[in-house]
Parts: sequence; structure tokens; C-alpha cells
Amino acid sequence: MTVAPALLEVRDLACHHDGVPALRGVTVDVGAGEVVALLGRNGAGKTTLIRSIMGFTTITGGAIRFDGVDLVGRPPHRIPGLGIGLVPQGRRLFGDLTVAENLRVPAFAGRAGPPLDETLRHFPVLAERLDQRAGSLSGGEQQMLAIARALRLAPRLLLMDEPTEGLMPAMIAAITAIVAGLKVAGVGVLLVEQKLDAALAVADRVVFLENGRSHPGGAVAALAADRAQIDRFVGAGGA
Amino acid sequence: MAFESHLLLALLEGTVGACVLALTALGLSLVFGVMRIVNVAHGEFFMLGAVIAWAAATLVGGPPALSFALALVTAPLAVAAIALGVDRLILRRVAYQPDATIVATIGLVYVFQQAVLMTFGPEARAVAAPFQWRVTFPGFGYSGVKLALAGAALVLIAGTWLMLTRTHIGLAMRATQIDRETAQAFGIPARRVYALVFALGAALAAVAGVLVVPVQQAHYLMGGDPLLLSFIVVIIGGLGSLRGTLVAAFVIGISDGVIAVFFSPTLAKIAATLLVAMVLVARPQGLFGRAPS
Repeated sequence: MTVAPALLEVRDLACHHDGVPALRGVTVDVGAGEVVALLGRNGAGKTTLIRSIMGFTTITGGAIRFDGVDLVGRPPHRIPGLGIGLVPQGRRLFGDLTVAENLRVPAFAGRAGPPLDETLRHFPVLAERLDQRAGSLSGGEQQMLAIARALRLAPRLLLMDEPTEGLMPAMIAAITAIVAGLKVAGVGVLLVEQKLDAALAVADRVVFLENGRSHPGGAVAALAADRAQIDRFVGAGGA
Repeated sequence: MAFESHLLLALLEGTVGACVLALTALGLSLVFGVMRIVNVAHGEFFMLGAVIAWAAATLVGGPPALSFALALVTAPLAVAAIALGVDRLILRRVAYQPDATIVATIGLVYVFQQAVLMTFGPEARAVAAPFQWRVTFPGFGYSGVKLALAGAALVLIAGTWLMLTRTHIGLAMRATQIDRETAQAFGIPARRVYALVFALGAALAAVAGVLVVPVQQAHYLMGGDPLLLSFIVVIIGGLGSLRGTLVAAFVIGISDGVIAVFFSPTLAKIAATLLVAMVLVARPQGLFGRAPS
């Protein structure tokens, strides 16, 4: 039996952040149609790994490949065009631009995405606010816009950094449903999440990060019974 | 001259100065807003525009309107090309770090001034006005050239505004201004945007220099005043706020004109500097700027 190569392959990655070693040997794979949850305490290196994949850190060792293409050394603006979408931590919308303008920005990646009408059909709340400043939306609406903006790239891999941060349960459920839909559509998702329940509800596998090092957590189904491992990497109470 | 006529003359002078100042300061504000660098050499791009306009007009000769039109096209293009070189050879190499770019652009002030001094000499150079009209107002006649150059400046400001708000490249500039890293994560080549913005800022200063050269001779030291007034305008308006820059340019420009006509140009500069101090005390982020969160 041959095993299909992963869509995203991160191997023994080491990087610096502000001159200080931040990651020291991180290995993560994400396959097509697979959701991998990246769990760990604050400062473990989760966001640094996402930023490294997007080309924003100084890589000092290891490899990052997307569909066989080496990402290390590639200029950041040439990474989304490969089909990698980003939902950044804290949303990082272009707050002074309108909703419509935020949704036009991904066109710069030079990748044919879905028509705007189709995007708005999936996010009807944004259709009513196209001319509104993104910064004036509610927290949940802003998160929807951050996800819609990333999906405008028609990504094959979506990097989501704490998409449920600060949101109400109904909005968390909506985002979980979106991730489940992406999985069915064959999109690989690397999900950084502080809310353990939200992560385990949709993830296939878990990778733990601790002090810049990765530890394979295995399949979610097996992990659910291994409370000790969760407590070690995420903390008692499951973050 | 009756007081009303005197006042109208002062307002006209102020408005003409405000239009040119707004054009010059718009370039400085754009560069700071998007690139977060303070370009101390901005006034020298203004000076280069005026000097290149004189050189182009002298080289070509012919009817003044034709040579001026040629200068209006070639000078901003030449200065934009110089700015692209500065971006590539200096700013990019110091990674656009604020401290390093201030020192680098201070150095460029002397480089440009000395290059012009050695090439064209210390004399002030006149460029013939493209036409000779006089517009009659109650009690006095006014230069049609000055009114035309104010109109041209307004058209260029409106064009820049439309470019920023209605075009694809303008969207890239505004997105980069708000969040450079996220802009890159969605495919915007931030370095190319920086180069373009720096060239555009320089071209705006250069075209302002071309517009004033028929009424104010080209000289290698002429960049100081536009730089000082542009800084005043950008600080009062709010660093990086284009709307604030335009509003402040008209406040400073018109008050400068009125005070200069009724009292003295020196008093006008003192008043403008005093206004900066008052704004900085009352509202450090400027009239339209945002306080750091």
C-alpha cells in the first residue's frame, strides 16, 4: 500500500523570533481533507509555527513543504497563491477598509477563487454589510469576515489561529460547522485552538507543542481517553 | 487698495499656496502612512522637480507653454525614477527601519543639494510662465498662471485620492498601510508597494516643484521651506492621515498667505509653528490621527 504524501509537511523545523530560538524541531503533517489541531499552552510556539509556514520568521533549520513545493525562503506574498489561506490570530482584518474591500484583497494572490456572490451566500451576514468598515463589525462578524477572506483564495490548506477566541457559543458552533464543511470539501486545516472541546469536536489528529517542540498526540478518538497527555501539554482543565 | 480687495488678494495668495502645499504634503503623508518612514529628503524631491523643469524647458526651448508641458511630464517621471533608485539602493538595504531611514534621508538632502549645485550652479533659474493671463478682480488684477497652477494641483490631488480609493493598486497601498504582514499573507508584494509609494510621494513633490517654478525660481536650496511646511501640515493633520493632511494644508496655507500679505512671511511661519506646538499639546496624534491603543 502506498501512502499519499501529506499536503503540508513540516519537518524538524527550527526558527528564531526576534533573535531568540522559538521553534526547535517541530514536525507536523496535514493531509488533504484532514483537520489537525495544534494544542499547547500560551508561548508554546503555535502562532510562531503558523507565521513560519507563511514565511514571516527566520528559519534556521528543517523544512516546510506544501504539495512538494519548498516554502522556506519563499517570499511571504508568493505563498497564498499556492493555495494556503490564513485566518490569523486576532483576525487582523483591514479595519479601515470596507467588508467588500477586505474580500477583494485576496485577489492579489493571483489565484482564481470563488465568485463574490458565492462567498456571500455562505456568509449572508457579510452581504448586508459590504459597505461597512470592517473595524466596526461585531466580534463574531469580524471572525466570519476573516474566514470568508481566507476562503476567497479557494485554499487547499487553511491555517486557523484561534478562530473561536472571544466568541459566544453559537458563533463557536458556526465556526466548527464551517471547519467540518471544509474537511468534507477536501481542504486540509491546521487549527490552533485554546478551547479543547472546540478543537476535539472537529479535528482528526492532534499535535502538541511544548517549549517550541512538537509531540504527536495521535488520533482524537484515542486521545479522548488519555487525559494525562492533555493535562501535560494543555494544562489541567483542558484550557 | 480697499481692505476687501486686500483681503481677497491675501485669500487668493493663501489658496494658491495651500494647493501646492497640499500636493507636496500629500506625498510626505503617503510615504509616512504606508511605509512608516520619515522622508527628510522630501523637500529635495520638490527642488529636483523645479530644477529638472528648468533644465527640460531650457533644453527644448520653443513656446513656453510647450516646454512647460514637457517639464510637467518629464520632471515627475525623472524624480520618481531617482526615488526608485533610493528605495532600491538605500531604504530596502536598511529594511525601512525608522531610525536608519531618517539618517539616510538626511544624508540624501546634502547629496541632492550638492549634486544640483555642482551641476547647475548656485544661481536661481527662472522658467517662463506657460501663458500670460491676468484675471481682473474688484480693485486688482491677479495672475492667471497662479490660478491655473492651483487648479492643476487640485486636479492632481483629486487624481491621487481617486487612485487610492478606487483602484486595485490603491487598495494594495491602503491594505499595506493598515497591516503589512497580513497584506503579504494575501498576496500583496509589500516591497513593491513600498517602492511604488516612495516613487509616487517623490513625484507628487516634484510636480509641485514644477508648478511653482514659473512664479518662484528654481534653486538648489529651495527644498527647505516646502519640507518644513509639509512636516507642519502632516503633524497637525495627523501622521499618515491623508484627509488630515489636506485639511491642515488648507488651514496652514491660507493662514500663511493672509498673515504674509497683512503682516510678514516670517510672522506667518511663526504662527504655523505655534499652531503645531498647540496641536501637539492638546492632541498629540494630530487633528485626524488616531491615538495609539
